Amino acid sequence: MKLDVLYFAWVRERIGEASEVVETTAATVAELLSELSAREDRYAVALSDLSALRVAVDQELVDDLDTALAGAREVAIFPPMTGG
Amino acid sequence: MVVSVQTEDFDASERIRDLVSAHSQTGAIVTFTGLVRDNDGGDLVALELEHYPLMTRKALLAIEAEAQARWALRASLIIHRIGRLVPGDRIMMVATASAHRRDAFEAAEFLMDYLKSRAPFWKKEHTARGSSWVVAEQSDEAALTRWRRSSDD
Repeated sequence: MKLDVLYFAWVRERIGEASEVVETTAATVAELLSELSAREDRYAVALSDLSALRVAVDQELVDDLDTALAGAREVAIFPPMTGG
Repeated sequence: MVVSVQTEDFDASERIRDLVSAHSQTGAIVTFTGLVRDNDGGDLVALELEHYPLMTRKALLAIEAEAQARWALRASLIIHRIGRLVPGDRIMMVATASAHRRDAFEAAEFLMDYLKSRAPFWKKEHTARGSSWVVAEQSDEAALTRWRRSSDD
C-alpha cells in the first residue's frame, strides 16, 4: 500500500522532510511508526517518544495507535497541537 | 458558521458587526481575541504558526458543528492566523451569537478549549537566544474533560 506521510513542527524538522510517499505493509499506525523508526537514525530520533506524538489518518486524529490503516491515503505525524 | 485560516490580520469589530446584522434575533455576542504575548524573558522576536491545511478546515468545522449542536447559537466564527507574527499581533478570534448570554459564553469557551489542542496548529517561538517549539500544556488537555459527556466514554 502507498501512503502519503506528512510531518509537522519538530517532527518535520527532525526527519528533514515535510512529506513523502511510503510503500508499506503496516496494518496499523503503530506498525507504520516502527517501520519508519527502523529506517534511519533521524526517524528513530523523531519518533522515539510515542507519548509526544499525535497521528491523524486521512485528517482525522486517532485516539489509539492500534488504529487500522486499511483504506487510508494519508497519515500525518506531529507533536501535540498548540493552537489558539 | 464561518471558519477562516489566514495570514493577514482581521478587523474584530467589523466581524462582530457582520454577526449582528445577519441575525436580528441575536441577543448576545461573546468574542475572544487572542494576541501574541511576549515571553517571560521579554525577548520574543516572532511567533511562527504552522498548520496542516487539509486537516485544519475539517477540524475547525467539526469543532464549530459540535458547538452548534450543543448550544442554541445563531452564528459563530473562528478566525486563526498562520505565518509569522510579532508580540501584540492578533492571532485568533472566536465569536458566538445567541439569543441569551449563557449559550454564547459557554460555546465560546468550548471553541477556545478545543482550538487549543484539537486544531492542527503549532507555534514556534523565535527569540534573541534561539528558536523553540511551544510545548502543549497539560492544562489545555485537562480543560477538554470539562466538556466530555458521559455518552463519549
